[in-house]
Amino acid sequence: MKVILDAEQIDKTLRRLAEEIAAQTSRADDPVIIGIRSRGEILAERLAEHLSRRLNHPVPCGTLDITLYRDDLNAPQSADQPLVRTTEIGFALDDKTVILVDDVLYTGRSVRAALSALIDLGRPKAIRLAVLVEREGREFPIQADYTGYKAEVRPGQFVQVNLIESDGKDEVVVE
Amino acid sequence: MSRILNIVERHTHHSSRRQHSMTMAIMRKGKQFRWQRKHLIGLRDLTAEEIHYILDTAQGFEQISTRSVKKAPPLRGKVVVNLFFEDSTRTRTSFALAASRLSADVVEFTMKNSSVSKGETLLDTARNLESMGVDIVVIRHNAAGAPKLLSRNINACVVNAGDGYCEHPTQALLDVYTIRQMKGSLEGLKIAIVGDISHSRVARSDMWAMTKLGAEVTLVGPPTLMPADVGRLPVNTSYSLDEVIEKVDVINMLRIQFERLGGNPFPSIREYSRYFGLTVERMQRAKPDIVVMHPGPINRGVEMESEVADGTNSVILRQVANGLAVRMAVLFLVNQAAAETPA
Repeated sequence: MKVILDAEQIDKTLRRLAEEIAAQTSRADDPVIIGIRSRGEILAERLAEHLSRRLNHPVPCGTLDITLYRDDLNAPQSADQPLVRTTEIGFALDDKTVILVDDVLYTGRSVRAALSALIDLGRPKAIRLAVLVEREGREFPIQADYTGYKAEVRPGQFVQVNLIESDGKDEVVVE
Repeated sequence: MSRILNIVERHTHHSSRRQHSMTMAIMRKGKQFRWQRKHLIGLRDLTAEEIHYILDTAQGFEQISTRSVKKAPPLRGKVVVNLFFEDSTRTRTSFALAASRLSADVVEFTMKNSSVSKGETLLDTARNLESMGVDIVVIRHNAAGAPKLLSRNINACVVNAGDGYCEHPTQALLDVYTIRQMKGSLEGLKIAIVGDISHSRVARSDMWAMTKLGAEVTLVGPPTLMPADVGRLPVNTSYSLDEVIEKVDVINMLRIQFERLGGNPFPSIREYSRYFGLTVERMQRAKPDIVVMHPGPINRGVEMESEVADGTNSVILRQVANGLAVRMAVLFLVNQAAAETPA
C-alpha cells in the first residue's frame, strides 16, 4: 500500500480544482455541483464550498445515486449487491452547467451511468467532469475536464480514496 | 474490516470486480446484508432485517415519481405480467405503473378476458405465460397459497398481490413504510387495526410486518369479524374502538368488504359505524398526532367520516404514493435476486 495523496495534498488539489473551474465558469453559466455517491458526494460538498468562495455566490450542491443506471445490474456474476440509495438534488438542472464530481475515474462506467441519470432529471446546458484522481483503464470514451491527480497504476492495482467523513481519514492510497 | 468495505464499495462498479473475489469472499462471511428472495409470497416468512431492507430500498425509488422523466432503466427488457384472478383497480394499477417506471414491459392478464374461464388451470396459465418469456409474475388469487404454489412450479419471480384471506405483502409494506416515514420507527408504537379482520389479508400482512418491526398491534372489531385463530397471533384484541382510541399512535381502518360478507356479521351498517367507525367525535379523544390510515377504497361514512378521511391526520393519499415506491423496490429486488441466482 502506497499513499499517493495525503490530507494536505487532497485539500490543495481540491482548491486547485475549484480555481480551474472558476477560471472557466462565470456566474452566467449557472454552475451547480453534483457528486456521485458515496465519495463523490463528499468531494462535491468540499468543492462547492471552495467554488462558492471563488465565485462569490453560493453554488448549489447535490448528490446522485447511480445504482439504477448501472450496466451490470443483471450480471449474474455480481458478487456484490448494490443498495439503491436516494438522489438528493434540491434544484432544477435545466440550463445549468453541471460539474459532476467523482473520486476516481477508471473504467468510465460510473460516469456513463451518471450521465444517463442526470439527463433523466433535466436538460443541463453542459455537464463537465471533475475527479480527484484519474488512472488508466478506460472502457468507455469518457475523459475528465478537471483532474486533480493522475495516478500511475498498474492493471490489477487499486486506487482507494479515503475521506474523513466516510473513512475517518483523508488520504489516497494505491494497493 | 472497514478498509475492506471501502475497497469493495469503491470498486463495486468496476469491471475489474472479479479480481477482487478474495475480498468479496471475506465480505460475504461478514455481516453485510444480501437480499436473496426471488419471490415475495408473504411477510410472515420475512425477518425484520429483510423488511427494513425493502423499505430502505423503496426510499431510493420515491423520487422517480416526482421528477420530469418518471422512469429509470433497471428492469429494461424484462416482462412483468399482472395475473389477476380477482378484481382490483388500485393494486393492479400501482404494480403496472411501478413496473413501467422501472422500464419493464407490462402484460395485463385478468380473469374476465382470459382462458381461465375456458377451464385452464392456474399452473397451465402460468407456464404458458412463462413460455412467452415473462420474468416476473404479479399474482392475485382468491385461494390462499396460490402464489406459493406458483413459485414452486415456475422459474419466473412471483410477487403476491393478495391471496385469499392470507397475505397482501406489498400493502403491508407500504403501510409500515408510511408509518416509518411519519413516526421515524415502529419500535414501541401502539397500532390498532380496525374492522373486518377475518376477511382481511391486509390485516394479516400488517400484523406480521408491524410486530416484526417492534410495534404492539391490537385488532379491533366485532367478534363476528375476528378470525378464529386470533388467539394464536402475536396481537391483542378488543371489541371496542372506544377502549383503544385514546391509546394508539396509529390506526388502520379496514374497508368493510361487502362483497365478502356472508350471513349477518353485524345488524346494520349504521350500527357498525356507530361502534367501529372513525368519527370526528372519536378523533377528538385520540392522540393529537395519531396517524390515520386506510387501504382504500373508503366506504365514506362507514369506516370513517369524510372529515376524518380528508383531515390532517389522514395519510391515505400518501399511502397510495408510497405504494408505488414500495412496489418498485419489490420488483427491483426480486429481479436482482433472480439475476444473481444461476438458472
